[in-house]
Amino acid sequence: MDFIATGLINAFTLLLHGDSTTWSAVLVTLKVSTLSMLLSLAGGLPCGFCLGYFNFRGKRALRTVFDTMLALPTVFIGLMVYAMISHQGPLGEYGLLFSIWGIAIGQTILAFPIVVVLAASSVEGADSQLRLTLISLGAGRINIALTTLWEVRFGILAAAVTAYGRVMTEVGISMMVGGNIKWHTRTITTAIALETGKGMFANGIALGMILITIAFIVNISLAFLRKQ
Amino acid sequence: MKIKKTAGPIAISIFIITLIFTSATMTRAESKSLLMATTTSTDNTGLLDYLMPLFTEETGIEIKWTSTGTGKALALGGNCDVDVLLVHAPEAEKKYIADGFGKERTEIMYNDFVIIGPEDDPAGIKGKTVAQALDIMRDKGALFASRGDDSGTHKKELGLWKSSGKPLPEKEAWYVQTGQGMLATINITEERRGHTMTDRGTYIKYQSQKSGRAPLKILIEGDGILINQYSVLTLDPDRCPKAKHDLAKQLASWMAGENAQKLIKEFRLLGEILFFPNAK
Repeated sequence: MDFIATGLINAFTLLLHGDSTTWSAVLVTLKVSTLSMLLSLAGGLPCGFCLGYFNFRGKRALRTVFDTMLALPTVFIGLMVYAMISHQGPLGEYGLLFSIWGIAIGQTILAFPIVVVLAASSVEGADSQLRLTLISLGAGRINIALTTLWEVRFGILAAAVTAYGRVMTEVGISMMVGGNIKWHTRTITTAIALETGKGMFANGIALGMILITIAFIVNISLAFLRKQ
Repeated sequence: MKIKKTAGPIAISIFIITLIFTSATMTRAESKSLLMATTTSTDNTGLLDYLMPLFTEETGIEIKWTSTGTGKALALGGNCDVDVLLVHAPEAEKKYIADGFGKERTEIMYNDFVIIGPEDDPAGIKGKTVAQALDIMRDKGALFASRGDDSGTHKKELGLWKSSGKPLPEKEAWYVQTGQGMLATINITEERRGHTMTDRGTYIKYQSQKSGRAPLKILIEGDGILINQYSVLTLDPDRCPKAKHDLAKQLASWMAGENAQKLIKEFRLLGEILFFPNAK
């Protein structure tokens, strides 16, 4: 099992010596996951807020749908997105296959339900006490909604962090839709799959360490935001 | 207060968005670029990393490739998702052209398949013909790892079992379908002390990783049935009008050309040739 130790050492050499293949994979991973996070937050936060804040018919059914979507397997999402954006598919003409945008679409589908469900839960959790207090203080409806949103900001931050972690570490979509093309769509996770397939376990572990380091940096910066 | 708190994250997001958009438009601007679907063996051995930069240098065509099993590579071509294929399953390729998916098939190089197993050869198949060895493994229930992924190697292996005239031992406990790439399958074979069929190039790569102490050795080689032919396939322009046929043809003729053929022969690992050029 000496490849684990070798992997740890390799991780440092790859990063410090500026190995261009590794840095390209790091950059692609950051680009794709950031892009899909922005898309899923833009769509998921309003949906999640409404789902948690308002009471309407079919709310529980809708909630069940989103809860089920949490279990979507990444390879299945990858396959569905491939079917849509393949040149024979309905969105074929836009040339999204084997591109960063293609992967981002798939990852947005992956992250969207996570953002919705976690945002809805945190809004629901804050609701009961806060709303009564605000009403007793004579706040208007819009004011109540906005204050609630502000009060649950850490819950929403947690939703974003969870979704980011999921998006950054998935391999099924990136492999199926991105095709693991060197310099273009090779992410850290597909590179790990490739190195493992090549039997270069130490390189795979090195890349895994790099991915964990990035996740660590992202979380540190978010924790910093939270303190402010 | 609120404005101060949110200004930081907003500035960061704007910066990231600009970064993404500029880089995305940059990649869109490439004009002379070719997308190839190929098999794991050409990529895993490092042949493409060695050869393709030279192709780009000489022709000015940027080439990107996605490596997968031959079965999926053919499917990607069938859906017009790539421009050209580099694969190794002659029977399937001919059928592919006959079915109207492919246009031209250019033979580039070959290596051969070998059957590998534990050095002490517990099943006693060393030096036998392929047909005899398969029968022995079947009778003794000696573990055999199959790719099981519809790749060129898998297709070849199925053909060998078929030519023995007996049913495929698909459901036998000793017949393990890994569903993974060649090197991964060899590693599984090593862990289980079994046998597998691999292209010689990948076996040499495996040996080089074990720095000469590979527990699995070649038990069967040189049987004529074990030749492994690699070809470049262009797609049918009528089916895939948007694929870059001119560039694909250029790749095929460059690979078959004198210079590339020489380069392929010079590509060695542990001093051994991995692929033998044989373009006509």
